[in-house]
Amino acid sequence: MSNTSSSSPPPLVPPVACVCNEQVGAGPFDPRRLRQDFPILALTVHGDKTLAYLDNAATTQKPASVVCVLCEYYQACNANVHRSIHYLGEQATQRFEEARKKIQRFIGAPSERSVIFTRGTTESINVVASAWGRRSLKPGDEIVLTGMEHHSNLVPWQLVAKETGARLKFVPVLDDGTLDLEAYERLLKGRVRMAAFTHISNVLGTVNPVKRMTALAHAAGALVLVDAAQSVPNRPVSVTDLDCDFLAFSGHKMLGPTGIGVLYGRLEVLERMEPFLTGGEMISRVTLEDSTWADLPQKFEAGTPHVSGAIGLGVAVDYLQRVGMETIRDYDERLARYAIGRLEQIPGVRIFGRAPERSGAVSFEVEGVHPHDLAQFIDRDGIAIRAGHLCAQPLMKRLGVPAVSRASVYFYNLEEELDRLAQSILKAKEFFRHGS
Amino acid sequence: MEVDDLYQDILLDHFKHPRHFQPLADGEVLVDEENPTCGDHIRLTARVENGRIADVRFDGKGCAISLASASMMSERMPGLTPDEARRRIADYVAFMRGEKELDEGTLGDLAALAGVRQFPLRVKCATMSWHAMDKALKKLGV
Repeated sequence: MSNTSSSSPPPLVPPVACVCNEQVGAGPFDPRRLRQDFPILALTVHGDKTLAYLDNAATTQKPASVVCVLCEYYQACNANVHRSIHYLGEQATQRFEEARKKIQRFIGAPSERSVIFTRGTTESINVVASAWGRRSLKPGDEIVLTGMEHHSNLVPWQLVAKETGARLKFVPVLDDGTLDLEAYERLLKGRVRMAAFTHISNVLGTVNPVKRMTALAHAAGALVLVDAAQSVPNRPVSVTDLDCDFLAFSGHKMLGPTGIGVLYGRLEVLERMEPFLTGGEMISRVTLEDSTWADLPQKFEAGTPHVSGAIGLGVAVDYLQRVGMETIRDYDERLARYAIGRLEQIPGVRIFGRAPERSGAVSFEVEGVHPHDLAQFIDRDGIAIRAGHLCAQPLMKRLGVPAVSRASVYFYNLEEELDRLAQSILKAKEFFRHGS
Repeated sequence: MEVDDLYQDILLDHFKHPRHFQPLADGEVLVDEENPTCGDHIRLTARVENGRIADVRFDGKGCAISLASASMMSERMPGLTPDEARRRIADYVAFMRGEKELDEGTLGDLAALAGVRQFPLRVKCATMSWHAMDKALKKLGV
C-alpha cells in the first residue's frame, strides 16, 4: 500500500491495486509454496502456536489476490451496476459481468444468463424452493431428498411442502455413509417433481453419484437440484455433464468472499419461474399497478448485488483454475485418507463415513470427549476444527451421536498439520479421561 | 488464558464424577432440555418437601462444561426454598453472561466455571441445567 509520510497531502488519484505476487502457477503443484499466497496461514495463535486450519468445509481462507481485489475495487472502481452511466458505473458493470462469465465457464454452463448471483448456497436453494416450488407443486406431489442433506437443502423444502401439500421422501444413508440407491430408484416411482441432493456430504465426505442420480430423476420426470457447496470448490464440476436443472454453491468455500454465491439454472426452467425477491434491478417496466420482469439473470437479482463479492469470486475461480481442479481433488482425497490413517491409530476414535469416493472432510468422535471440549482443547494448540451437528441434525440421529468433530482439509494443508491434530487429540483424551 | 484455566481440576472432577447423576425413569422426568447447537441433552427431576428443595437428580449427555455445571447446580439446590433457588439461578445466569459479579463466598466452587465467560459460545453449556432447574420449579408449581 502507499507509503506516504504524514506531512504529504493525500493522493488525488486512488492508490493503485496492491501487486499480489502470488506463487500459484509458478511451478508444479506444491502446497508448501502455495501457502505463501495465503497470509492468514502464517498466523500464530494463542501465543506461539502456528495455525493449523482444518475447517475448510466451513469456509476456506482467501489468497492475497482475492483480498486485494476487494480493496482495489472499493478504491478504484466502486459504482452501482447496470444503471450508472458514467466511467465508474461502466467499469463496475463490466467487471461484474466478467466475473459471471468466468463462473459460467468454470461450471460448464451453456449461457451466462443461467448464472445467478445469490448470497450463497442457502439463498440459491431458497430461490428454487420458493420461486419454483410454490407455483409448481400440487398436493400429493413428491420431493425426493436424502438423509445426508445440510439443513439448507432440507428446511426450504419442508416449508414449501407445508405450503403446497407436497410430500417429502428421503433416500436413506447406508452404514458406510453412501446413499441407498435402490431405495432412491423405488422412491422415483412416485409422483416425484423434484429431486434435490447434495453432491458431497459436508459430514461424511461421501461423493454421491449425482450424474447417475440426475439421469434417473429425469427419466422419472422430475427436475434435479444439486447442492454443490462441498464439490465445486474441490473438483471439476460441469452442469452440462451432470445435466442437472439447478446447481447451488457458495463463494466463501472456494477462496471467495463471504456473502456471494451462485445459482445455476437451466434456462428454460428459469424462464418459466417467477422472481424470488422483487424490487429494483429485476424489473423491466413498472407502473403503479403492475410490473414486468427483467430478462435473465437480472430477474433473480433484485436490489444492488454484491458487486465486489462477485468480482472477488471471479478472482478466486482464476486462482483455483491455476492450481487445477483435478489436482485439488486428488490431493484433498489423499490428505483425507492420511488423516483417517492417523486418527485410526488413536484408540477410541471412530470415523464416520467410509464411502469409496470421498472429499477432504473427515468426521469422527473420540470416546469420552465431547466434540466441543475437543475443539476447545485442541484450539489451544492452534488447531482449528469444527464440532457440533454440522447443520445436519437428521444425519447425526442416523449416526447415533449428538454431535461430531470434523477436520476438513484443502489443497494448502500439509500432512504435518494432521500429525499435530492426532497428537493434540491424544492429549485431549488423557485430559478428559473419565474416572481418572 | 490457558486451557487449564477453562477446564480447572474441580470442573473436571465434577465432569468425571457428576454428583446426583443417575439414569432417570421416564415417569419422573420433569424437564427435558436440549441444546441444539451442540447436541447436549439433560433430563432433570426435583422434589420439594416442607417448602424446601429436597432432591435434584439428572441424567443426559453433554460436554465437560454442561455436565460439571449441572453437577454443581444439583449440589447447590437442596435446602433452598423455591424463591431462594430462583434468585440463585438468576444470579448465576447473570454472572455467566457477564452482567453481574458475584463474590467468592456466593460462588464457592462455581468459580471454576468463571473461565467459561470468556467463551461466549460455551456460556449456553454452562447455563442449560440451571434453566432446566428453573423450569422444573415451574412444573412443580412452587
